[in-house]
Amino acid sequence: MNGIVPAPIAGLPWRVIFILMGLVGFGATVLYSAAGGHLEPWAGKHVLRFIALLAMAIAMSRMPLEFWKSITFPLYLLLVFLLVVVEFMGFVGGGSQRWINLGFITLQPSELMKPVMVLAAAWFFDRLPPNRIFGIDAIWPLAALLVLPSALVIIQPDFDAAIAYAFGLGVVGFMAGLPLIYFIGAGAGVAVLAPLVYFFGMKAYQQDRVLIFLHPENDPLGTGYHITQSKIAIGSGGIFGKGFGNGTQSHLDYLPEGHTDFVFATMAEEWGIVGGFFILFLYFLLMRWGLTVAMQSKTRYGQLVAAGLTCTIFFYIMINLLMVVGLAPVAGIPLPFVSHGGSSMLTMMLCIGIMMSIERHPGAKRGQFQ
Amino acid sequence: MKGEKQVTSGQLDFTFTRRAVFVGGVQAAIGLTVAARMSYIAIADNEKYKLLAESNRVNLTIIPPRRGWFIDRYGKPIATNRADFRVDIIPDRLVDKDETVRTLAELLALSTDDVDRIHRELKQAQGFQPVQVADGLDYDRFAAVSVRLPDLPGVSPRQGYSRFYPSGAAVGHLIGYVGTVSAEEYQKNKKPLLITPGFKVGKDGLEKTLEDRLQGEPGAKRTEVTARGKIVRDLATRPDTPGKPVQLTIDIDLHNYAARRLGVESGSVVVFDCLTGDILTMASMPCYDPNSFSDGIGRVEWKMLNSDDHIPMLNKALQGLYPPGSTLKPVAGLAMLRHGIDPEEIVVCGGGYRLGNRVFKCLGRHGPVNMRTAIMKSCNTYFYSMGHRIGYDNIAPVGRELGLGQEFALPFPSQRYGTVPDSAWKMRKYDQKWTESDTLNAVIGQGYIIASPFQLAVMAARISSGLNVQPEILLHKRATPKALSFPTEHLDVVRDGMNLVVNGAGTAVRSKLQLENITMAGKTGTAQVRRISGAQRGQSGAWKYRDHGLFVCFAPVASPRYAASVVIEHGMGGARAAAPIAKDVLTFLYDREQAMASLEALEAGWGGNIEQRMASKYAMFQGQPAPPPPLDPTA
Repeated sequence: MNGIVPAPIAGLPWRVIFILMGLVGFGATVLYSAAGGHLEPWAGKHVLRFIALLAMAIAMSRMPLEFWKSITFPLYLLLVFLLVVVEFMGFVGGGSQRWINLGFITLQPSELMKPVMVLAAAWFFDRLPPNRIFGIDAIWPLAALLVLPSALVIIQPDFDAAIAYAFGLGVVGFMAGLPLIYFIGAGAGVAVLAPLVYFFGMKAYQQDRVLIFLHPENDPLGTGYHITQSKIAIGSGGIFGKGFGNGTQSHLDYLPEGHTDFVFATMAEEWGIVGGFFILFLYFLLMRWGLTVAMQSKTRYGQLVAAGLTCTIFFYIMINLLMVVGLAPVAGIPLPFVSHGGSSMLTMMLCIGIMMSIERHPGAKRGQFQ
Repeated sequence: MKGEKQVTSGQLDFTFTRRAVFVGGVQAAIGLTVAARMSYIAIADNEKYKLLAESNRVNLTIIPPRRGWFIDRYGKPIATNRADFRVDIIPDRLVDKDETVRTLAELLALSTDDVDRIHRELKQAQGFQPVQVADGLDYDRFAAVSVRLPDLPGVSPRQGYSRFYPSGAAVGHLIGYVGTVSAEEYQKNKKPLLITPGFKVGKDGLEKTLEDRLQGEPGAKRTEVTARGKIVRDLATRPDTPGKPVQLTIDIDLHNYAARRLGVESGSVVVFDCLTGDILTMASMPCYDPNSFSDGIGRVEWKMLNSDDHIPMLNKALQGLYPPGSTLKPVAGLAMLRHGIDPEEIVVCGGGYRLGNRVFKCLGRHGPVNMRTAIMKSCNTYFYSMGHRIGYDNIAPVGRELGLGQEFALPFPSQRYGTVPDSAWKMRKYDQKWTESDTLNAVIGQGYIIASPFQLAVMAARISSGLNVQPEILLHKRATPKALSFPTEHLDVVRDGMNLVVNGAGTAVRSKLQLENITMAGKTGTAQVRRISGAQRGQSGAWKYRDHGLFVCFAPVASPRYAASVVIEHGMGGARAAAPIAKDVLTFLYDREQAMASLEALEAGWGGNIEQRMASKYAMFQGQPAPPPPLDPTA
């Protein structure tokens, strides 16, 4: 950078900020249209939240990597404690409130646990001596990390979160160098067990619910309705879309959750494939940035955290987009940086903040000098 | 360092890089899958989803087309459309189904039958397809629902059209009626129009056979609606294209008059323009009121119609078959002239004709008669004698040429064609030889021969004009009919005889037209319903065993223009029952006042006009749970 731009500003991680601004800006545009051409109730908040959380992320990037490493385990314990607390609160309140309201944002411990699970796994592999990677020592602590939070969210019940935790741990374990046979075995196990569970463990109506996304037209008013309407929105958009503000599916309320989980369909109806490809391209840049940060990090903790968090973000993107285009069952997973919603954006920006910190502090190879 | 597998952090570093690249690859693959899937939906299936989005957005309400009118030859309406108020329910917009139906039942005074039907239809209904609550409402009830609309979400009061027949029962058999599409008809052709509330199709008569011309094109009201059914705005509405009017050859005033003049009898009147073949009147009474059928007929009315031994559901002009009796004598006369019989040849009637050891009776002792007087006096002996001489196989072709047994290309759902027997027919049908007594029976219109009143009118028209007229019901320009094969001299003899029937010393002199310069010629007929036993002759006893009364006629005698047939079931005699009706109907063509005066005098004795009589009969039926015994109109 030259001298015109002050060093503190020039030193910001502009690459990722531009990518995020692209996603959030486009998201805000879609939300603006979905609200019938108003900033209220979604688009304005969306942008303000992003600005606040971006500031938080930049602040986080100033923290050295050692700081994150040192608070990882306490953070994990704190969140387990909070999960118990909200479970207890929900029990006391007789309702299903699983969050803590902080006024401007709601804190959902099960949501925050997703990146923290990645930190915890990375923290563990960082401490694990390299030659123990093939032993049982590399496995049981992971299971121990997973079991309590999973159990707590499953009784909420929030299976999606439990799967996300397992995914985060799995990805970190994979990147950490766990033998491939574990993953192949797990894959084979799922491949064998899933049909068994499907055919023998489920009743007919449960089977229908799982596979309805393949034939949403069979249940046009029930579970299939979301997928059907989403496909109609995307399909009717065509290549260039119906134009900004002209989406009938979202404006006439045919598309449910058009500003949250199905925001991609709202976008595609008005912007067409062109808009869809634009978002996919921005995600591609974001993923590339995340993996580059991971690979350029010199510390094992940094590598694993950056890769793990990148995959956590990717998990959201993947589940949401596959659902919206009708390739996966409906799950309450928002589209990162585009969907309206504070809780998920907080999680995403925490991931980004930590990754920025890793980018800023690549550290040094262990054993080189320390 | 221990164990066999020694792993360094450098190796793990390497593994990490490799696996990170792999993860990146997997991510890219999933990204490409999403991109491909999205492209497929939005490009290959674009049309399909565009249509689906459009059908989401646009709520299409079909506006049933107004049916084409039926008008008579002078443009007077026979069947029209009357503004009609109706109430439907849009199932999707209902909030409290049971409460709404209960309120409507109260406001509209719906029967429990109706309420059951509405609940049943609501259960099967989907989306915006309206369910009919009631139609044909009067304005007060319609207004009662309209003012309550804010409390009744999902209820849609609408103005539509229903079929209206100003002549009521008089045109029932001629025009038919309309009704809602049956389930079978909808299965055959699943047009959504067919199940639109308020849409009716022709169910009988010309309404049925001319359906395609009358139906018209439906309109569509398009509104943009949200998923919750809130109307955002009205889009372009396409108005309906009414069906084309159909102009009939009927003179509706004459037709109505004839129907009224039939009075309490069961019978028919057919009047032709004998120069063109235009059907001016085809009345058949008693008849159902097609207006009641269009609104959906009530149970009481249906029972009333079905328990009547006068069979109001049967079009007697086209579907009634009767032995023509003596009305066939002019036909026999023409055949005899063709086969060389001198019309002046005298036959002495001594009260009967001996064939072998059997005597065929005449109605009187007419003494010496020639052909003209034989027709005038309806002398059987003359026709037995001459018919025996030439044989029936020579008479039957003349009958066929004059329209008996003929099928006509007319747009009525069913006609019956009757029988003109001859030796070949009898051999075919019964495998028996034609006998001489068969000839004697057939020549006076008894025995095997049967014909419809419509055919008898065609016969009268052809004899009177000498033209091979073809009956027509749809008014349009046609070529002038060709002459029949009979020489004018032959026709004149027969017409003279028919003239004498009315204006000489014949059987129908009491039915002479009371008009200056215009006279009617005709021929009476009395047809036995069952074999004559003893001296009873079908002139008394139970109604259904009495003789039929028939009359064929034409006017004016000097230059025939109109020809008609009147058939009165169990009327006991042509001169007594049929000829007076023919006289009044033909009088109506020339002097309406005189005809109306005579009709009004009669109706005073019958208990009012058709409508009044049907209303009082209906009132009587309402009080009776069980079907009453058949009414005897002559008692």
